This record gives sequence, C-alpha cells and structure tokens, in this order.
Amino acid sequence: MTLGQWATRYVPPAAVFVSLIGLWEAMVRIKDIPPYVLPAPSLILETLVTDRATLFASLWVTLKITLGALAAAVIGGVSLAILFAQWKWVERSFLPFAIVLQVTPIVAIAPLLLIYLDPQTAVLVCAFLVAFFPILANMALGLASADRNLIDLFKLYRASPLKTLLLLRLPGALPYFLGGLRIGGGLALIGAIVAELAAGAAGKGAGLAFRIVEAGYRLNIPRMFAALTLISLTGIAIFAFFTALSKALLGRWHESALGSER
Amino acid sequence: MLEMTGPRTLVSLSGVGKTYKNGTTALSGIDLDVRSGDFLSLLGPSGCGKSTILRLIAGLDNASSGSLSRSFTEASETVGFVFQEPTLLPWANVFDNVYLPLRLQNESRRAAAARIEEVLAQVGLSSFAKSYPRELSGGQRMRVSIARALVRHPLLLLLDEPFAALDEITRFRLNDDLLRLQGELGTTIVFVTHSVYESVYLSTRIAVMAAHPGRVIEDIEIETDMPRDEDFRASHTYALYCQEASSALHRAMHEKRT
Repeated sequence: MTLGQWATRYVPPAAVFVSLIGLWEAMVRIKDIPPYVLPAPSLILETLVTDRATLFASLWVTLKITLGALAAAVIGGVSLAILFAQWKWVERSFLPFAIVLQVTPIVAIAPLLLIYLDPQTAVLVCAFLVAFFPILANMALGLASADRNLIDLFKLYRASPLKTLLLLRLPGALPYFLGGLRIGGGLALIGAIVAELAAGAAGKGAGLAFRIVEAGYRLNIPRMFAALTLISLTGIAIFAFFTALSKALLGRWHESALGSER
Repeated sequence: MLEMTGPRTLVSLSGVGKTYKNGTTALSGIDLDVRSGDFLSLLGPSGCGKSTILRLIAGLDNASSGSLSRSFTEASETVGFVFQEPTLLPWANVFDNVYLPLRLQNESRRAAAARIEEVLAQVGLSSFAKSYPRELSGGQRMRVSIARALVRHPLLLLLDEPFAALDEITRFRLNDDLLRLQGELGTTIVFVTHSVYESVYLSTRIAVMAAHPGRVIEDIEIETDMPRDEDFRASHTYALYCQEASSALHRAMHEKRT
C-alpha cells in the first residue's frame, strides 16, 4: 500500500472519531455540564488512570470469564457439531435442547443458576450458554456444507469417516466456524456482563459490570463511563482478534478473505 | 498382467436398470461393454442417465436391476473420476489436491512427490504446484482435476462432461491433451458429453442414448486410422461420423417425444 492509499483508507475514519470526541469535550466545557451528568472524555481518561487498580483488576476478572466461557463454548459447540454430522439421530435428539437454551433469555436463567451454583461459576455458565449456540449452529452448517462431488470422490477412494472428517469436512467448515467464533466472542462478553449484573458479585471476584453498578450507587458517573469504555474496548479487541485470525487462516482460499481486486 | 488376444472387457453392463427412490427411472435395460483401450463416449440429451452409468461403473451407486460385472475388484484402485466441475479442495494447493488420492491410501507425501510431479508435468502444470485453485483459470483447474484422477494410474478413467463449462479454445486444447494422455498411459476412458463434435473427435466408440427411460439406442464404432488432430476435424470421415451421430441423437430426441 502506498502512503496515499494508506491515507485515504485510514484518515477519514480516524478524523471522524477524533472530531466526535472533540465535540463531546467541547460541549461539556462550553455548556459547563457537571461530571455527574456527563463527564468529559478527558475526565473519563483521567478516571481510568486514577482508578486503574480497581478497574483493571475487574477487567481481568471479566476477561477471564469471557475467554473461559468462549473456550468451553468452542470445545462444546465443535464436538457436538461433529457428533451431529456423524449421526443424524444425535442431531434430532439434542438440537431441541440447544435451541431451548438459545431462545430463553439469559437474564431469565441467571437467577436460577445463582441458586444452584456459586456466583463465579454461575457467571461462567451464563456466558458459556450464550456463546455456545452460534458456534454450534455455524459449525454444524459448515460440516453439512461439504461439496457433494468431493464427498463422492472420498467415497470412491474408500476414505474412512475419520479421514473424510479431517481432510474434507473440518477444513470446509473453517470459514463457518470463524464466523461463529466472531459472534460467539462478542456474545460471551455480553453474557458475562449480564450474568455479573444479575449476580451482583462483590469483593475479590468483582467484574466490570459490578463496578458499574457500584459506581452508580455512589453516583460516581465518570467511573461508570470508564468501566463502560473498558468493556467496549474489550469487545472491540475480541472482534478485531477473530477478524485478523479469519484473514490469516482463510487468506489464500476463501472468498471472504479476498480483497476487491481480482 | 497377462497378454490376451483381443481387447479385454473391463466393465460389462447387461440389462442394467436404475430406479431412484422417488420413482424416477433413470436407466432401463442397458447393455454396454467397456473394453480395454476404448475411448467410449456416452452421448445423449440431458436426463438420459449418462452420468448415472458413470456412477454405477465407479461403484458410487448400485443398479436396481440387471447385472454389472467388473474385471477388477477394487474400484478405488483402478478407477479415476473427473466431475463436471473441477471439485478441488479450495484450501489446498495444486500439489496437495493431486496428492489427495494417495494420501487417502496412506502414502507419505515424500513417497508420493515424484509421482505427483510426474502427473503435473503430464498435464502441463509443473510450475503451478504451489498455486491455489482460485488462482487458476477454469481450464487449469480442470487439468488439476484430471491430474488428480490419473495420479493412481487408473485402468479406467471416467469423465462426466468435464469440459462443458469451458470456452471452445480451451476445450479443444484439453481434448488434444486428453488424447495424448490416453496414448501415453494406455488408460481406458468413458467420457460423458452432449456434444456430437466432441464425441466424434475423441472416441473410438460412441453410445448414443435416449431419455425417459435412459437407454442406449445406438453403438457407433469410429473406424479410422487417422490421428485425431486438426486434419481429422476437417476431414470427410469426421463429417460423415458427425452426421451419423447427429441423426442418431436426433432419433433419440424424437423417440423421447412419442
């Protein structure tokens, strides 16, 4: 990419972002809005720095839950999708349960889970439940989408079911899986936050959602914004990571990873 | 292998019928022998069951009636199949795509490398081993597909309208390459097409088929010593055979209507 191309690609979005933040800052200063109504971006940044010990400890808690839940969802979703692809009766028997869990709002399940499990485990399970379904659904679709002719070719060469899975179905499902991972990654974070709100876990294991509630009680609006900023940045980081992973893995063969030039 | 007098029959279909679960009769009463050294074309309108015959020969489907006998036992060892589309693995490069049949036979990449390079050279793609399917043209992809079918040195190569989606110039070139490969490798070929001109140019035999139900209505032997090249394409013999095949095909279409 030449410098000119680079500039036309990155300068406009950056300029829009900077001017919106600048507008916000200016509004707060000119209208003299008190920080408990709307804090200026500079104050939010300042809060992030001064409260870093509390906030980043909570970020770490939320991040651990999100990534742990996502890892469990990947293992569970992918294995179940593989079972679905091998035996139709497994799909017919277990898919209804997966759908029930998917369509029941997580906020409605969370209080129940909190009765049965300790708060940290309950939060983890909630985050897992929301991330699980998109990964399962995408993976199952991907495994079922293998080219009919290629399946015939594998049949002609007497390929075992295991080899057909490893050499044909799994690589073919990769773009679908990565799509599911991007959705599931975002949802795991949302699930973790929602469950934390429901759990209201305090003390050592307090995540970012609890910090928001706590700051709300104390009318510490800048800290609420600071915690919110960290949640957003985490979500963006997860999405960006999986997008980059997609590009790296699909780079040379899948349509989705190709540039507009042909 | 034993030397025998006269061509050996590789596959023999007698009274073969195929009815699908939904009640459609794809084939009925097919009598057809594939002899060693044949370049047999199955020519017919769409829906006449040409592809079904290939699938039966390859063992991908079973006949509903009649009998199909093969002179070989293991289809995976002796049959190569080329589909209408190149059907390559999009995530694997050309080398790995051609390696696939050997890999499924548990052959190591290193042991297979020489054979893969040889067959890539035969289809003229030596310098594309590291390319991915989407970086190739339609004709090149089809060559990879042919290389993959040939890598196990099949006795019998089955091609299902392989060049139908290609432009005429590419098709002519691939026709010539296919004939050259058959000459070099001595492979028996069964070739499905709906083009009269392609079938006459390539074949030693043409089985003309009609639809509803799918059946063979004429078996035309192309008896000429002429090398198959541009001169053959311009020759009187070629024109006569095209006429014969054409009128047989016309009959096939007409019979369909009555």
